[in-house]
Amino acid sequence: MQSDVVLRVVSKFLIPFILLFAFYVQFHGDFSPGGGFQAGVILAAGIILYALVFGVAASFRIVPMRATQIGAAIGVMIYGGTGVVSLLRGARYLDYNALAHDPVHGQHLGIFMVELGVGIGVASTMLWLFYSFTSHKLRRDGQS
Amino acid sequence: MTDWLHLVLLIALVVVALDLARLRDLFAAAMLTGFFSLLCAVYYTIVDAVDVAFTEAAVGAGLSTVLMLGALSLLDERVETGRVRNRIGALSAALAVAAMMLYATPDMPAYGDPTSPVNQPDRPAWRYVHQSGKEIGVPNIVTSVLASYRGYDTLGETNVIFTAGLAVYALLAGVRRKRGQDAE
Repeated sequence: MQSDVVLRVVSKFLIPFILLFAFYVQFHGDFSPGGGFQAGVILAAGIILYALVFGVAASFRIVPMRATQIGAAIGVMIYGGTGVVSLLRGARYLDYNALAHDPVHGQHLGIFMVELGVGIGVASTMLWLFYSFTSHKLRRDGQS
Repeated sequence: MTDWLHLVLLIALVVVALDLARLRDLFAAAMLTGFFSLLCAVYYTIVDAVDVAFTEAAVGAGLSTVLMLGALSLLDERVETGRVRNRIGALSAALAVAAMMLYATPDMPAYGDPTSPVNQPDRPAWRYVHQSGKEIGVPNIVTSVLASYRGYDTLGETNVIFTAGLAVYALLAGVRRKRGQDAE
């Protein structure tokens, strides 16, 4: 994909900040607006910006299609697994009080894990959706 | 001051919505839905729903516009949006939905209403506001409610997103297989 020099330079400058902001939203969600869902969307948006400017083939080299599929499943599994851990510790499903000796610490740990699962799952799924559309187009244009 | 801002934003939303209904160009319509979402996000910020505003800006204005354009790129160069045959039917359906929403809106508690669920100590909402600091220890109540009190709901939502990704992939990969068989 041929694109404008200004577009390339500006997006190269912006993408690190977008990714960093995604991590800020992910890990600061307890104190400020945002959380795993928003962080996942921002992370995916940063990579999609890269794909739009430098071509999907370049972004496939960074995050392959397979990685987004595995990431989407892992995200859901981290969330569900947190519930299983509290089951194994003798509490009800997704009851974070049992995750640590102190209930409030358990809540912090549980929320952290759950938000991490949501973040990984959402980022991977959004990228997976984008890849599904674009790779379908690439394939179709290649055939015709 | 904020009253004026409310008025300007709400009028802008109506104007954009009317423009969207009139448009025949799908590319312009996709861009305009993004702009509609951005206006919604600004409005949510003014009414102090920052978490919702954040989500609306990131998903509605950002990502879904890109995905919409991705879907549009799969269509042929110029796709004519068909003319609506049953105009009176469409108009009455839209008016019926609007009437139902207007009918339901007064059931929402007024801002600062002492009898609203948030101000009743025996309702869960009271506990979210007054006890979450002690029970969860997280300053952002939205995070406590989403991730802990309503953890099952959020688990369901995460599964919905995963299923959506799976469904889109299955649909588009399924088309490829059929085309491949045709070629043989």
